[in-house]
Amino acid sequence: MQDIQALVNELVYKLRKRKMEGSDTSAQLTVELLRSVISQQKMSENQAASLIEAVREIGVKLIAANPVELAVGNIVRRVLHIIREEELSLMAKAVQGMGVDDEHNNGVKDNDHVAKILTRSPSLHSLLDSAKTSSNSKGKADKIANLKLKNNVLEAVNYLIEDIKICHEQIAEQALELIHQNEVVLTFGRSRTVKNFLLAATKKNRSFQVFVAEGAPKYQGHVLAKELAAKEIQTTLIADSAVFAMISRVNMVIVGVHAVMANGGVIGPVGLNMVALAAKRHAVPFVVVAGSHKLCPLYPNNPEVLLNEMRSPSELLDFGEFSDCMDHGIGNGAPLLHVANPAFDYVPPELVSLFITDMGGHNPSFIHQLISEHYSADDFNLQQHTAS
Amino acid sequence: MGAQKKGAAARVSEDAEDLARHPLQAILLADSFTTKFRPITLERPKVLLPLANIPMIDYTLAWLESAGVEEVFVFCCAHSKQVINYLENSEWSSHPNFSVSTIESHDSTGAGDALRLIYERHVIHGDFVLISGDTVSNMSLTQALQEHKERRKKDSNAVMTMVVKKSKHSPITQQSRLGTDELFMAINPDTKELLCYEDKAEYSKGFISLDKTLIADNPSIVLHNDKQDCYIDICSEEVLSIFTDNFDYQHLRRHFVKGLLVDDLMGYKIFTHEIHSSYAARIDNFRSYDTVSKDIIQRWTYPFVPDVLCGNSAIKVERQGTYRASEVTLSRSAQICPFTVIGQGTKIGNDTKISHSVIGEGCSIGSNVTIEGSYVWNNVTIEDGCQLRHAIVCDGVIMKSGAVLEPGVVLSFKVVVGKQFVVPAYSMVSLLQQPTQQDSDEELEYADSSSAITGAVDKVNGDATSDLSETRYGPTSELGTGGVGYIWSIFEGGNDEEWRHSVAPIPTDKLAKIMLEKDKDEELLTQDGNVVSPSGDLKSDSDGNASDNNDNEGSYVSFEKEVEATFLRAVLENHEVDNAILEVNGLRLSYNLASVDCAGAIFYSMMKWAVESSHNARASELHKNAAAIITKWKKLLKYYLHGIDEEIEVILKFEEICLESCREFSPLFPQILHLLYDKEIIQEEAILRWADEKEGADESDKVFVRQSESFLQWLREAEEEEDEEEEEEEEEK
Repeated sequence: MQDIQALVNELVYKLRKRKMEGSDTSAQLTVELLRSVISQQKMSENQAASLIEAVREIGVKLIAANPVELAVGNIVRRVLHIIREEELSLMAKAVQGMGVDDEHNNGVKDNDHVAKILTRSPSLHSLLDSAKTSSNSKGKADKIANLKLKNNVLEAVNYLIEDIKICHEQIAEQALELIHQNEVVLTFGRSRTVKNFLLAATKKNRSFQVFVAEGAPKYQGHVLAKELAAKEIQTTLIADSAVFAMISRVNMVIVGVHAVMANGGVIGPVGLNMVALAAKRHAVPFVVVAGSHKLCPLYPNNPEVLLNEMRSPSELLDFGEFSDCMDHGIGNGAPLLHVANPAFDYVPPELVSLFITDMGGHNPSFIHQLISEHYSADDFNLQQHTAS
Repeated sequence: MGAQKKGAAARVSEDAEDLARHPLQAILLADSFTTKFRPITLERPKVLLPLANIPMIDYTLAWLESAGVEEVFVFCCAHSKQVINYLENSEWSSHPNFSVSTIESHDSTGAGDALRLIYERHVIHGDFVLISGDTVSNMSLTQALQEHKERRKKDSNAVMTMVVKKSKHSPITQQSRLGTDELFMAINPDTKELLCYEDKAEYSKGFISLDKTLIADNPSIVLHNDKQDCYIDICSEEVLSIFTDNFDYQHLRRHFVKGLLVDDLMGYKIFTHEIHSSYAARIDNFRSYDTVSKDIIQRWTYPFVPDVLCGNSAIKVERQGTYRASEVTLSRSAQICPFTVIGQGTKIGNDTKISHSVIGEGCSIGSNVTIEGSYVWNNVTIEDGCQLRHAIVCDGVIMKSGAVLEPGVVLSFKVVVGKQFVVPAYSMVSLLQQPTQQDSDEELEYADSSSAITGAVDKVNGDATSDLSETRYGPTSELGTGGVGYIWSIFEGGNDEEWRHSVAPIPTDKLAKIMLEKDKDEELLTQDGNVVSPSGDLKSDSDGNASDNNDNEGSYVSFEKEVEATFLRAVLENHEVDNAILEVNGLRLSYNLASVDCAGAIFYSMMKWAVESSHNARASELHKNAAAIITKWKKLLKYYLHGIDEEIEVILKFEEICLESCREFSPLFPQILHLLYDKEIIQEEAILRWADEKEGADESDKVFVRQSESFLQWLREAEEEEDEEEEEEEEEK
């Protein structure tokens, strides 16, 4: 347990001190941490409830450490959902077993309880799962059930880890259907998902052109342009401000994002909204590629969602050159020059044409369906639960 | 205790990394050994003062941790107990892979003592970072460390790398935005070696002096006055032993850096590392406290900003950069302007306006209060109608209704300001009386022994409430009815410069005054000649050419003076003739004059020197001197004598000298002329031409021609003989 505490503290620290950036790594580290939390969790009377409590407690800490990194919260909720689902499927099995053997023994009470759970309308996944595994299992001791629950949960979490790892490939598999011969694709900044997507499209000797907007102030677009050119893709680098001028020559905009919100809007690097507006104006499809760990069950108007992070102004200008404008000893002491450097932009769902996730292509209006499949409504608000 | 912790940390890192590597260590001086933050520092050490509601030392430690330092030794002197207690109860005491241990001393009076003590403890192994606990930075050490290590491999004398950052100083007040004096550095642009480090004190006179060997030894030198010293040093182990060897070194810059730069014997070198996009600054005085606070609020120090640094993430950044903690009670009509920080649990009343300020935790602020550019710390009570402008208000202060703080006021802990009382600008107010006897040594720490002061503080704290009731109606209090505290008499030194280092911006009338003085100074400078003469004699001969500076005549006069100064230096410091030629050439180019002017000027200098170096005015000695000088420096003179015209010019010049500046020469005119002829400086043709030109002149002009008549006669005869011989030779052919 001491180890877990240390691990949690380490991750909290990394998140808090902004030592770790990018939703992929955060998601990866979070899910691995939660796996060890679950595996080290001691046996108890109500295994599922104690697991949920333990994961939630840690989840709240992790989210508080860096509220901007929405992927962390998503993963915590995913894991909670997995625990709930597994509990449900085990319960369903138990009901069937009881239906055969212990129909007459105190069945009334148990049935009541199970019926209550079953009326909670399980998602598509759990229905299929339970249908598959509903064999002739018999009523077993609580301990064995608990052990089974833990094992099932761990297995499911391992699947989740695997999913996150391979989400790039799964998304990239769909590239050939979307990018066609001689098309012009515009992208913004640098995203690993987009890079893999574009590289996958070059298979079968399909040739196309890529416009890369440099993505000020981080200029990650420069890196992407270099990488694409190294892989022999015809690449054109443009300034962010040139996007509107170039958009009429573009067949499709493909961008990576920071998070996908429940309403189908996205949070992405600053400047993305401008690109989306330009695409809309010229009726160019605006495609967002995102791994399912970026799906956030919250709405962007939720006050809990901290939408933005103000980063250091030094990314924009050199302190030394402007230091005379920031001499607070002159005038009334108020800084005359202020440099704002927000990290993120919000693009409303109306501007997004298509989402490509590791589960396929979706309309923005379909996002809430995906979310209801991956998350339990009980977990949307983690904080309030602990407070009550 | 320190050693044990160190061992543990070393083992951990050895497990993680390869065995050969030492963990990176740092020495953090939790004592600045100055008195600039008095009276606040009488009661609390500087490193624990809040900077945007977080103690300064937390910024420093957070940076060290993130920069990859694994072991920090915190050196505490004044109020060491407070620092140690704070660290023990903070997150730093239980941090994995980052050990913080304290070293306590009670009798250190400067950084030198601290480093000597640390040397005796034998805890530093290898390179370390030397920093004081009031430094805020977010730079990455990786590159600087690597550069330092590479230099060390090549040259074991490269003992220190100093971090500098570009920051322009104000041209008016000659101080940086951090309130420190203008700094002058000479750096070799190729090797980044620091060659000269001068703060304002020396060159406020308008010039600085560089050792000439610097220019001789380095192919190029860049002089900077727009660099800010970040007080972050990467040192090698030797630094500690250098301090031990030089037991009089105390101040890191004034003694150590300058000592090393001057000392040729050991050949130690200091290098610089310039940072561009990252931030680093040291809080040295109240002005830098203000500036750095504002930089932090504007997020230049990201990720070390209040919302990230503060432990429980309770602070959120709102629109326009307002930081608000949770549980702030804010009246609807209260107006919070941009760039303000409001701490947890603070209550703010109706129609109160707060701008560009930091409000601490648990404060209660009444209605109709105006707070502008001020720093209000924790648990302060400000009643209705108070006004604060550019002030620092420490913990537990009570401001009764209607009290006013004028710019630059500092209220130390638990001071009470009476109703409607106006605290005059730049006042320092404390519950403790101003120490009466002033330490002769300014470097001495806040209080020589913290015990006496702490005792006093305890007493005051204990009595605070009773004092309050006693003095409530006492009309004698210095702070109005009900006020508690003493107003310190302004600045011990009494140099009337408190506005320079105060939190308040410099008042416009002050600026205007400085501007005026500066203009006057500049006028003086221009009157003294276009360029400040290195010889330092500026006052003479300035009357005539003040009006027509750009006139040829004027510039020639100042050129002549320059040449004279150069020549004098060449003589006194025994320069090579070639070097002197180079210098004079440089002057000639900068004044855009012909070589004929140079020849005149040099000859003038030589003659003047001959006069000056003679002890008495006897002609024989003068002649001897002049002969010696001409012999010695004839190469210099010859260099500019390309033809007859120049030579004639020299003779004319000589005439002028004899008539005007150095009348001593007039009887010697023929002899010197002969000498010049003998030394082959002036050809006979030039002399004869000069005599011919003078033929038609006034009688007064022909004094010298007549004086040297015999010499001229001899020359003419010799010429005729030569001519005859030549003719004969031609006939033979």
